[in-house]
Amino acid sequence: MTSIIPARTAPSQVRPAPGPSGSGPARTAAAPLAPRARLLPSLAAVYRAQLSRARVARIPLLFVATFQSVGIMVLMRGVVDGGAEARAVVAGSSVLVVAFVALNLLAQYFGQLRASGGLDHYATLPVPPAAVVLGAAGAYASFTVPGTVFTAITGSVLFQLPMTHLWVLVAVVPLSGAALAGLGAALGLLAPRPELATLLGQLGMSAALLLGVLPAERLPEPVGWARDLLPSTYGVEALARSFDASPDWGIIAFFLAICAAVGVLSLAVATWAYRRAAVR
Amino acid sequence: MSTGTAQAQNDTGTVCAVRDLVKTYPAVRGRRGTPATPEVRATDGISLDVGRGEIFGLLGPNGAGKSTLVRQLTGLMRPDSGSVEVLGHDLVRHPERAARLIGYLGQESTALDELTVSLAAETTGRLRGLAVRDARAERDAVLEELGLTAIAGRPLKKLSGGQRRLACFAATLVGDRPVLVLDEPTTGMDPVARRAVWAAVDRRRAERGATVLLVTHNVIEAETVLDRVAVLEHGRVIACDTPAGLKEKVAGQVRVELVWRERAPLDVPEVAALRPSAQESGRRWVLRLGPDEARAAVAAVTGGAAFAALDDFTLATPSLEDVYLALGGDAANAIKGLVKA
Repeated sequence: MTSIIPARTAPSQVRPAPGPSGSGPARTAAAPLAPRARLLPSLAAVYRAQLSRARVARIPLLFVATFQSVGIMVLMRGVVDGGAEARAVVAGSSVLVVAFVALNLLAQYFGQLRASGGLDHYATLPVPPAAVVLGAAGAYASFTVPGTVFTAITGSVLFQLPMTHLWVLVAVVPLSGAALAGLGAALGLLAPRPELATLLGQLGMSAALLLGVLPAERLPEPVGWARDLLPSTYGVEALARSFDASPDWGIIAFFLAICAAVGVLSLAVATWAYRRAAVR
Repeated sequence: MSTGTAQAQNDTGTVCAVRDLVKTYPAVRGRRGTPATPEVRATDGISLDVGRGEIFGLLGPNGAGKSTLVRQLTGLMRPDSGSVEVLGHDLVRHPERAARLIGYLGQESTALDELTVSLAAETTGRLRGLAVRDARAERDAVLEELGLTAIAGRPLKKLSGGQRRLACFAATLVGDRPVLVLDEPTTGMDPVARRAVWAAVDRRRAERGATVLLVTHNVIEAETVLDRVAVLEHGRVIACDTPAGLKEKVAGQVRVELVWRERAPLDVPEVAALRPSAQESGRRWVLRLGPDEARAAVAAVTGGAAFAALDDFTLATPSLEDVYLALGGDAANAIKGLVKA
């Protein structure tokens, strides 16, 4: 038999052990543990890695998300006639980009990762679960920024809305992004099968589309309740109110605060779901 | 059954002690399209001791319980009962400590697939708790060591199976760990890559006293790189010794392989007599015989009518595969599960 493996560079048997615990029998004294990865550095590492894979895989989808929203606004131009409804349409379409990427795509990603055993990679590293979930959610949410800004500007031009207060997007995108990404991650991690994760993500996005873009006054009452339950609604409301000539900042802050609270809650649920999915 | 040998416990110290590990997968009721599966004992009272600096192998066919055992060692799965102690830490009670003691290479690369080789290694290092600067330095060193520098900028998805596996192995090595658990590390690799893997493993053992637990299908690899090997079947350890020690169990036997041109000439009485003890696969017969019987068999097939029908034959000393069969592993499983290449 000819071996393809080189002869060992070390004898196989008795070896004085220069292990981390120094010498002596390992059984009695527990060896020191390697340090845990801390939350912020590992969050940054996951964020960076996710952003790099997003660059490769998600750019076409971002175009789809943006054109979808722009298309909806063009369609709705024939239906709504300015005023509050126009603001709702532009705000809803802008936040829809966030819903598409953060909710739908993230649910798919985590669903597939869980089904294929990819979570094992993270679960066998000493990384806080929150870092994995937040890093991925953050990367997906920040990837929606260009699409959201483009949609909001296009919408403002289409419906002749003032762009003075569009800077509100700086708060709307991360906060509704956090809420929707947390929801998406939780759906993906809790779904027993990846197809179900995809389906839930799509349904969530459809809900964001219908409940966010269609003017609230025209919805039947039960659908209105569903609208109140959806976290993106509060992002939409906040953005819509910023188009007013003199926005009511109190109520905008209130809506954003709801977004933030839902974000914290849904990310906590996603983190719990991650723990549950990682150790079976 | 305690399978640790005296050698493992000498001055080397036990790094990994497994006692009576049991994990049962519950029965699944059949639904439309999916047949019911009965309850399976994936690990059925496994006990092992792995010494410091040892390269310890888990060998067995598909479904023998190797991966289940490894998942329990790495804290990914909680056993129903039994204990796992690694470097003095109880990993059944504290599964989260496994990540701080063990570098694990699983079978799946999906978490890293879309990253470049370099970023996969760096990110994994950072998630093992390294600072950015250290993670980059270790990344560069490991990629260089494994000959991956030239493809460092390419996404794993675009690489061949063997290269991707090697990149995942690189990620496993960034961020030093005293114990490495490698689940079929060399699957799909060419000889150059395999050599790089074993050289890297040996270096960590020689320089840092690293202990390696290796899951493998590959009998030849098992024979050449392992210090000791546990043979698993149906969730049990059916033997545990050095490869040489295991082979001694069948030392009295010779393996005779016959390859016929078209089919075996069963009209020749000597050939017909060999058939009951042969393990047939197409034109190939494998026989495990005592030396005298083997000599007689070779004489029979290399003379007269049988020789005309013979395409090729080999005589060999027994391999781990023969050991596996001699231990009572069932032959059909062995052929399916153990690769001889």
